[in-house]
Amino acid sequence: MSKRIGSPEELRELQVKLAPRTALRLSPAEREALGIPAAEKMNILVCGGPACKSTDSDHIITQLRVELQKAGLAEEVKVVPAGCMGYCAQGPVLKVQPDNTFYVQVKATDAAEIVQKHILNHQYVERLMFHHPASGAPCRQEEDIPFFQGQVRIALRNCGVVDPAYIEDYISLKGYQGLVKAMEIGPDATVAMIKQAGLRGRGGAGFPTGTKWEFTQSYTATPKYVVCNADEGDPGAFMDRCIMEGDPHSVLEAMAIAGHSIGAAEGVIYVRAEYPLAVQSLQTAIKQAEEFGLLGENILGTGFNFSIRLNLGAGAFVCGEETALLSSIEGNRGEPRVRPPYPAEKGLWGQPTVLNNVETYANVPAIMLRGAAWFSSYGTAGSKGTKVFALAGKINNIGLIEVPMGTTLDHIINHIGGGIQNNRAFKAVQTGGPSGGCMPTALLQTEVDYESLTQAGSMMGSGGMIVLDEDDCMVNIAKYFLEFTVDESCGRCTPCRIGTKRLYEMLERITTGKGTNKDIVDLQELGDIIRDCSLCGLGQTAPNPVISTLRYFKDEYIAHVEEHRCPALACTELLTFTVVADKCIGCTVCARNCPADAISGVVRAAHTIDPDKCVKCGICLDKCPTKAIIRY
Amino acid sequence: MSQSASCLTEKYGEIDKYIDNLPSLRGALVTVLHQAQTIYGYLPEELQLHIARRLNVPAAQVYGVVSFYSFFTMEPKGQCAISLCMGTACFVLGAGGVLQEFEKELGIKAGETTPDNLFSLDALRCVGACSLAPVVLVGDKVYGKATTSQVRGIIEEHMQRMAKGGGSNE
Repeated sequence: MSKRIGSPEELRELQVKLAPRTALRLSPAEREALGIPAAEKMNILVCGGPACKSTDSDHIITQLRVELQKAGLAEEVKVVPAGCMGYCAQGPVLKVQPDNTFYVQVKATDAAEIVQKHILNHQYVERLMFHHPASGAPCRQEEDIPFFQGQVRIALRNCGVVDPAYIEDYISLKGYQGLVKAMEIGPDATVAMIKQAGLRGRGGAGFPTGTKWEFTQSYTATPKYVVCNADEGDPGAFMDRCIMEGDPHSVLEAMAIAGHSIGAAEGVIYVRAEYPLAVQSLQTAIKQAEEFGLLGENILGTGFNFSIRLNLGAGAFVCGEETALLSSIEGNRGEPRVRPPYPAEKGLWGQPTVLNNVETYANVPAIMLRGAAWFSSYGTAGSKGTKVFALAGKINNIGLIEVPMGTTLDHIINHIGGGIQNNRAFKAVQTGGPSGGCMPTALLQTEVDYESLTQAGSMMGSGGMIVLDEDDCMVNIAKYFLEFTVDESCGRCTPCRIGTKRLYEMLERITTGKGTNKDIVDLQELGDIIRDCSLCGLGQTAPNPVISTLRYFKDEYIAHVEEHRCPALACTELLTFTVVADKCIGCTVCARNCPADAISGVVRAAHTIDPDKCVKCGICLDKCPTKAIIRY
Repeated sequence: MSQSASCLTEKYGEIDKYIDNLPSLRGALVTVLHQAQTIYGYLPEELQLHIARRLNVPAAQVYGVVSFYSFFTMEPKGQCAISLCMGTACFVLGAGGVLQEFEKELGIKAGETTPDNLFSLDALRCVGACSLAPVVLVGDKVYGKATTSQVRGIIEEHMQRMAKGGGSNE
């Protein structure tokens, strides 16, 4: 039997019919927002984000199903392998709906108790709830947990709710009705709506999406193309991966909306080959959308044709730059070219092309459904809506969060993020990956949006947010990013190819105690040259990690150069290891474990370390039973 | 290139079939190389030349593309592929030290394969499991919050598995 949906009316009828599928998974507020009636049975939603999957959430799903079968509830209670719920630090996590109960650090062996106690006897399993770090009180609902407070999920709205393997789930939540709306109001009104919503590119530079669509619409050359940048390359950012794995249809629907608006019939998703699950999820989604007549020829009987194919990336960070990405889709080395002409005029195969990233697209169907005014009610004057951040590093609540633009760094780090691990002191937060910068404590009240981050010497980038503590050396962090850039520079233009290498060498000298004050001056000067002279965004922003740390942490650079000292004790070559004679009991453990034979002394007498032989490996420090060895 | 054309046809029959079934050769190079690496495990010079002839593009272009992208490899990988995430979260939580320990234990650098072809070691960009940082991947198996002291154990575990003949990338 054909699954094809013949008209927009049939899609709406199917949605009403399918609504009970997912009504159970929504909170009352979410149901009300979508106009979906309440339902009676229960659903257990299990997080399938990268961290939960790596800690065996699949096994929990199997075990829950076994227990439900035993209890004779296999028909009554559905276990849903859903997408990322965000709270990676407490994974594996799951949610029982419609009870709105959130369980953390669940193991497969907990399945029996969840079924027996919660499902059969309607008692909450308190021991699996998150316990508030301050009061110790159990927090049953997400709303009670600090990590979720102040979050608004628009791009991630369906992640953790739908089963990405079933298009029916997406349709039941009014999926593809944004496309229907776009077809009803027509291309001009659609573009106007996206412009009015104030949606800006979530991949880095923040160019207004509606304006990009309008430019592409204005060129008459055909065919035109819609391209999705899913080559998430920033180290420490994984939001696009979670959207593709957890809610692939929102990307497909948005691309179809873009195609209808600009007059394109073909879409390409350029996705990292290193994300096999995302590739699989997109492939399944495309196939199902074609079967349902939501992609392909004559979509919903309206005569609109739009197909989407996948193109695998092959591991090149520079392909995040739009012209490099297009060159890669054409089968070439992913080298950028000079703009203009912009892709809106001459993109894929020299034709007008709209190119947005995954998170940008994921916002589009929500805007179409709920309106531009609703979307722009979130955010700041220049940056509307929300932004997804991958919160990681030395922070308690590592995870994927979505907050309205304008949320302060302080709220994100100290409230949602739960502060710094192991009670260490906050030193800096790094945003924007290798193109971004580090912001110190003094900037914690910064309201996060495109402008404020740029002004602070960092940038939004794709949303990686790495928190650093007092043990992190800022020169070493800058060196890490420069090493990345040197590796990933495509080599086409000299300032980037050679300039970043020279920057890296200077940082290498400084972190090994061979740097001079002239190096510090040169870093700044060369950084400015690379920024001003590079061909593409990769080179232009490559000096940011150096320039921003020089701006806020110059004293650390000076300590390395003038005192040959690393204040964070992170640069091993600058460390000195020594034995505190009073504490040494002469057990000889250090001497026996030293790989360089640098420690001498007799039994039951204080030992000494020969600094010329010491290779600063730190083994003696770890092995000493009386903590008699110190480093400084 | 001493082998005759017919011998190559036989050797590379599978990729030839894939190329023959492509709807268009325009822009197909990267896709074909992906497929070739999936089939043959790596992209030696001979295979690159073969693909160049089949797609009617200069061999220099094929080599240019292969050497540009980090996903493509011209060397065969070991039976057991060990990968370390070098994303920022893993880096600040000590992935560098874990990598050094693997390099020391295996006697190879990142990007290399042991002479007995058992292990290859790679540093990856972010794998997106930041809450488990530092992350080590061996085949499909994920080791979260890895420390230098676990390194020897991980290697031994997979040595034993390979000795049993199970391979390690289950």
